Amino acid sequence: MYEENENILDQVTSSEYKYGFVSHFETDDAPKGLSEDTVRFISARKNEPAWMLEYRLKAYRHWLTMQEPTWPNVSYPAINYQDIIYYSAPKQKIKANSLDEIDPELRRTFEKLGISLQEQKRLSGVAVDAVIDSISVTTTFKDELGKQGIIFCSMSEAIQEHPELVRKHLGSVVPPTDNFFSALNAAVFSDGSFCYIPEGVRCPMELSTYFRINAANTGQFERTLIVAEPGSYVSYLEGCTAPMRDENQLHAAVVELIALERAEIKYSTVQNWYPGDKEGRGGIYNFVTKRGICAGDYAKISWTQVETGSSITWKYPSVILKGDYSNGEFYSVAVTNNFQQADTGTKMIHLGKNTRSRIVSKGISAGRSNNSYRGLVQVARHASKARNFSQCDSLLLGDKCGAHTFPYIEVKNNTAIVEHEATTSKIGEDQIFYCNQRGIDTETAVALIINGFAKEVMNQLPMEFAVEAQKLLAISLEGSVG
Amino acid sequence: MLKIKNLHAGIEGKKILNGINLEIKAGEVHAIMGPNGSGKSTLASVLAGRENFEVTGGSVELFDKDLLATSPEDRARAGMFLAFQYPVEIPGVSTTNFIKTAVNECRKYRGQEPLDAVAFLKMMKEKMKLVHIDQSLLSRSLNEGFSGGEKKRNEIFQMAMLEPKLAILDETDSGLDIDALRIVANGVNSYRNGENAFLVVTHYQRLLDYIVPDFVHVLYNGRIVKSGTKDLALELEEKGYDFIKNEVELTLNV
Repeated sequence: MYEENENILDQVTSSEYKYGFVSHFETDDAPKGLSEDTVRFISARKNEPAWMLEYRLKAYRHWLTMQEPTWPNVSYPAINYQDIIYYSAPKQKIKANSLDEIDPELRRTFEKLGISLQEQKRLSGVAVDAVIDSISVTTTFKDELGKQGIIFCSMSEAIQEHPELVRKHLGSVVPPTDNFFSALNAAVFSDGSFCYIPEGVRCPMELSTYFRINAANTGQFERTLIVAEPGSYVSYLEGCTAPMRDENQLHAAVVELIALERAEIKYSTVQNWYPGDKEGRGGIYNFVTKRGICAGDYAKISWTQVETGSSITWKYPSVILKGDYSNGEFYSVAVTNNFQQADTGTKMIHLGKNTRSRIVSKGISAGRSNNSYRGLVQVARHASKARNFSQCDSLLLGDKCGAHTFPYIEVKNNTAIVEHEATTSKIGEDQIFYCNQRGIDTETAVALIINGFAKEVMNQLPMEFAVEAQKLLAISLEGSVG
Repeated sequence: MLKIKNLHAGIEGKKILNGINLEIKAGEVHAIMGPNGSGKSTLASVLAGRENFEVTGGSVELFDKDLLATSPEDRARAGMFLAFQYPVEIPGVSTTNFIKTAVNECRKYRGQEPLDAVAFLKMMKEKMKLVHIDQSLLSRSLNEGFSGGEKKRNEIFQMAMLEPKLAILDETDSGLDIDALRIVANGVNSYRNGENAFLVVTHYQRLLDYIVPDFVHVLYNGRIVKSGTKDLALELEEKGYDFIKNEVELTLNV
C-alpha cells in the first residue's frame, strides 16, 4: 500500500493527462459527414455480408427520425453530425497475423500506452484486443483461447467468420431503435470486440480490449458483444484513452452482454478518455449504451466502472434480470474535475422471480464539475421476491462542484424489497489537517481519503488493474485541493 | 527543545493568545491548565500548525528551528505530535493503513527506509499492548464508530507508533471514564523516557494524578498567569479558577 501511495504521489505531482500524445500513421478515412453513402462506404470497406449492410441502413433510417436526448443533466453545444469523420483506419494492408507485421508506429503507440502486445512480455493471464480509431489492430492469445472453444476477436472478424452467432445476438439486448446513440452506432460502428464462451467453460484469463481514439475530427463507434453460454464464466476489461485536442470528439459505443443459465459475466471498465483541459476546452463526449441480459436462471452480470475521463459522460450500464434467481451488480466510481460533466448510473430491470441486484455508486466531484447519479430499479409484476440494494455516495472537493442523485424506483410486485441509501460528504479541512499532523502531506492525504471512499468499488476490479485505477483516481484529482 | 516567546495568535481577527512564554526541555512534562476560553486548545492548534489560526506576533522554535515557518506535516515529521481533542473519522481508510502511511512518511523525512509489512506488524503488536488496543479496532476505518475512549486510546497508540520527541495532549482526558483514563495515562507514562517531552492540556487535576507533571502553568486570557509545580494543580482543584482570576485582577488593579 505504501509503495502504491508513493507512486500515486509521484504521478500526482508530475502528470497532467499522460495519454495526450498523437501518433502519426497514414489512415484510410471516410469522407466527412453522414449519409447512406457513408454507411455503405463503411460496410464495403469491411467487406460485409448483405444482411449486415441491411441492418446498418435500417438503423440509419431510423436514426434520421430520432431526436438527441435532452434529459441528461449535462449541457454542451449542439453536435454537427455532418462535421464528423465516421471511419478512420490506420493504413495497414491487412489485419496483422503476427506481431511482426504491425506497423512499428502503431506498436510504439501501444507501448507508450503501457500496453505490450507481445504476448510473452504481457501481464500474465490477460488477452488483449487493441482497437485504434475505427479498427481492431490485433488480438492476442487467440490460439490459446481457441483450444477451449472461446472466441475472442474483433467484431469485423466475427461478422466474417461467425456470422451466425453475430446475426443471432447483435442488437438483441440493445436494438438499434433503443435510443439516438445506439441507432447511430448500429449504422456506423466500425469495430469492437466479440467474445463467445462455450457452455461450461471458465475463461482462463482476463479478456481485455484497449480502445484508442487517435485521428482528429473522427468519432469512435465501437460495438462489443459478449455471449456466455450456460455455466460459463468470463471476466472482461476495457480501457480507453485519446489524444489531447481542442475540439470535442464523439464516442458512441454499444456493449451487449448475454448471460445464459448459470453463466457469469464480469465486465470492468477503466475509462480515461481525454477529459478536456482546465478551462473545459476539448475532451471526449462519451455517449455509451451498455446493457446485459441475464437470459437464463441463476445467471449473473456484474458491471464495474471507474470513470475518470471524458468531458461529458452519459452512460448507464444496465442489467435485465430475466432468468429466475439471476443477479445483477453495478459498481461505479465516477470522478469529475475542472469542467467535466457526468450523468451516469444504471438500470436494474427485474423480470424473473427471486432476482437480486446491487448498486454501489461513488461519485467524486472537484473543480467546477457536475456529477450525477441516475439509476432506475424496476420490478415487474411477476418478479416476486425481487431484491435490490442501492447505495449512492457523493464526495465533494471544494465548493464550486455539484453532486446530484436521481434515483427512480418502479415496483409493481408487493413482495419486492428495494433499499436505497445515499450520502453526500466533503473532504474536510479537519481530515486533511489530521493527516498533515501525522506527517502526511495534503496530496497523499487526498489520495488516501479518495481511495478509502472508493474502496468498495475498487475491490471489484481485477487485481491487475486495481493499482492502475487507484493511480488514475489520484491523477484525475490533481491540484483540486489546497 | 521548544521555545515559545511572546506568542500572539487569534482567529478571524479575534485575539486569543496574548503573549505566551514557555520553554520545554527534553524529558519534561508541562501541564497547561485554565478555565474555558483561556486559549489552551488554541495554543495546541497553533503549535501543530492549524491553518485557520493566525499568528500575529512572537516566535516559536523547535530544536532551534523556526516552527511557525514550517508546514504542519514537517512539524509532525520533525517529531511533534498532537493528540487531538476531537479525532476525525476517515471512512474507508483502515487505522492500520493510515498509521503505516504516517509512520513511513515520517521515516522518509528522516532518511530511513520504509518499514516492510513484517517489521511494521511487529512494532504494532508491541505498541498495542501499551494502550490495550485490539487488532479488530485497527482493522476498522479510522475512528469511524469508535467510542470516545477508543478514539483517545487510538491517539495515544498513534503517538507510540510515531515516537515523537514532543507530544501535545489536548484534553486527552475529556470524555474518559476512570478506567480508560488510567489506561491512557499508563500508555503515556510508559512512553516517557527522559528524552521526550510532553505538553499536557487539561481542565482537571485528575489526569495529573496519573501523568505527574514537572511544571504546571495556568492560562488565563491568553497568558500564562501563574506557573508552579504539581502543587499548583492541587491548589487549583481546591480553590477553583476564581482564585486565579481574582489574583490576576488584583495585579491589574494595582
